[in-house]
Amino acid sequence: MKIMRKASRSKVITYGLVAIAFIIVQLLISSGNISSSLQGQLVPICAYVVMAVSLNLTVGVLGELSLGHAGFMSVGAFTGVVACISLESIIPFTILRLTVSIIIGAFSAGVAGTLIGIPVLRLEGDYLAIVTLAFGEIIKNITNCLYVGVDKAGLHVNFLTDATSLNLSEGGRVIIDGPMGISGITKLSTFAMGFALIMVTLFIVLNLIDSRSGRAIMALRDNRIAAESVGIHVTKYKLMAFATSAALAGAAGALYAMNYSTIIASKFGFNTSILILVFVVLGGLGNIRGSIIAATVLTILPEMLRQFNNYRMVIYAIVLVLIMLATNDDNLKGFLSNLRNRLLPSNLRKGKKGAENG
Amino acid sequence: MKKIFCVFISFVLIIGLLSGCGGSDSASSGDDNSTGKNEEPVAVAFKLGGTGPLTGGAAIYGNAAKNGAQIAVEEINAQGGIKFELKYEDDEHDAEKAVNAYNKLKDWGIQISLGSVTSTPGVATSAETFSDRIFALTPSASATAVIEGKDNVYQMCFADPNQGSASAQYIVDKKLGTKIAVIYKNDDVYSKGIYNTFASKAKELNLEIVSTTTFTEDSQTDFSVQLADAKKNGADLIFLPMYYTPASLILQQAKSIGYDPKYFGVDGMDGILTLENFDTSLAEGVMLLTPFNADSTDERTVSFVKKYKELFNETPNQFAADGYDCVYAYKEALETAGCTPDMSAADICEKMVEAFPNITFDGLTGEGVTWADTGEVSKSPKGMVIENGAYVGMD
Repeated sequence: MKIMRKASRSKVITYGLVAIAFIIVQLLISSGNISSSLQGQLVPICAYVVMAVSLNLTVGVLGELSLGHAGFMSVGAFTGVVACISLESIIPFTILRLTVSIIIGAFSAGVAGTLIGIPVLRLEGDYLAIVTLAFGEIIKNITNCLYVGVDKAGLHVNFLTDATSLNLSEGGRVIIDGPMGISGITKLSTFAMGFALIMVTLFIVLNLIDSRSGRAIMALRDNRIAAESVGIHVTKYKLMAFATSAALAGAAGALYAMNYSTIIASKFGFNTSILILVFVVLGGLGNIRGSIIAATVLTILPEMLRQFNNYRMVIYAIVLVLIMLATNDDNLKGFLSNLRNRLLPSNLRKGKKGAENG
Repeated sequence: MKKIFCVFISFVLIIGLLSGCGGSDSASSGDDNSTGKNEEPVAVAFKLGGTGPLTGGAAIYGNAAKNGAQIAVEEINAQGGIKFELKYEDDEHDAEKAVNAYNKLKDWGIQISLGSVTSTPGVATSAETFSDRIFALTPSASATAVIEGKDNVYQMCFADPNQGSASAQYIVDKKLGTKIAVIYKNDDVYSKGIYNTFASKAKELNLEIVSTTTFTEDSQTDFSVQLADAKKNGADLIFLPMYYTPASLILQQAKSIGYDPKYFGVDGMDGILTLENFDTSLAEGVMLLTPFNADSTDERTVSFVKKYKELFNETPNQFAADGYDCVYAYKEALETAGCTPDMSAADICEKMVEAFPNITFDGLTGEGVTWADTGEVSKSPKGMVIENGAYVGMD
């Protein structure tokens, strides 16, 4: 362990924790000790973890508040599913088709992220937040008016009319039916694929943070003027973080969409963006491991609270407030670090402290 | 430290308090799941589960269907013979939540399903019931995608296209209007589905549509633009394929601009008279196609409406009647097929798939109701008109 750099050690710990969680859950599944309720949530949890980690790149590492992250998820979800359905005859092997669809989803969300990032990243602070919010809504409204169908001749795209004017030949299939979204999706996403996507996401994000570019991005966050004065290209590095974040959100969207037989554009609205932001803030800005845990816990929590019937959303909110208070409480933080000092021998503690920043 | 301890303790107390409330709530509704667990080895009752929006904007539909089903379950259990144990889970009108709710029901040991109350969640849960081989009969998820390609998913309500073409036919047959305006909700499967078939049927019947305007979830409070367009084009009848909350606003706003056309709604319009703070005089003369009429004088409807009013303090709408009918349809099908509660969900499913296309069912929402093997229901919608604050049959 000693030969490894502090940052590398932290990365290995993060990968390890995710892998251990995956193995434990797989063991539970194979021994039949997992409830259908939890099992059904595994893929959405993976998608939300990827969403939270990718948003953390924008909010925590780049330091710009984005309120339109679900928009990129939507782009990835819709293009991913369209790709998946159109490729049905070309790639019969499902895992490969799923992978290709996720990559296509990620790519198109990345393109959308770059296009949106160019004007948006000229702004700062609150203004940027509001504009991302607007772009998120624009994406939602565009998908609401989009009609896409596929037949032997290829893809047909139509805007603002209706599905009948797609002029599909016989045997053609309407894929996106405007506000009704896509229905009849074959469920391809698996927990293993979700795990793989989390690992890829972590690999990309953690390595980006721990690179020359990552340090430049963080320098921009901490002091833009100082960073510019030493020759850091502001737009380039901002765009790099923003587009990466968008592409990963697109991949998560494709994974998410292919876990349900139907998706609609209004699902990826403002509320979903805020939900993801809550994961990030709760897990800690810039704290990747925190995002993973927060996304998992807050996705499971409403389901755990089902027995409280109509009170569960109130309890969910109370829990949220309490966790926020508790994690930002100096007394509690002091208590935890005291506890750690007492329980862990000093050499291990160093590793732990390094990990905190990871 | 003391402060945190206090916060923690108060949190524990709140949880305790709320769980107490929650517990008593479900106990009073007749089928607490704890009793279900005790009875599990004996299996005297069929475990009947469904998801619906019990909270949020669409809660009125979910609760109505749940309450209707609950009345039917209580009646059937009191009769002896087949017994049901009913459990509804909240899906917040969201596909993801609906699948979660359905999985929760699977943990509970669901044997037959009431699907989902609304369409989008219905599409998601019906795919799950199809792959898990659990039979589903949905009270009111009316989109065609709910039953499409699934042999074990059936509908109790009309499919959306059915309503659209029936409405156009009805307007032409009864010569209700010559210049039609349509206002529909662009991001709603239900509303859009009805509009599409209405528009194509209207074309076929040479019914003139002079104004077509839309709104979305985010813009369903102001209809001045849509109404002005209809007025400008001289529409004498406005077709409103939507739920009653936006429809009530349309009626109010049309009155305030001094526009007084005829209105024609579909089954989602049912319930407008029980809407809180709504001046029912605005709804005078509104016509709608609905399979259920709470003011009907036949014995079953009267007794259902009476019970519903006693228990829930409101007049049941069509969703409640659909929920009620679903349970009775299940009773008939289960008796016909000779199913017992100790059978597995998959076995019951196979029997139900065989039984449902062959039964004829008389319920609150129609006499002589039959199903095609695609899962589509066949019953005739009734034209109703609102007169003196009550529905009156038009035929």
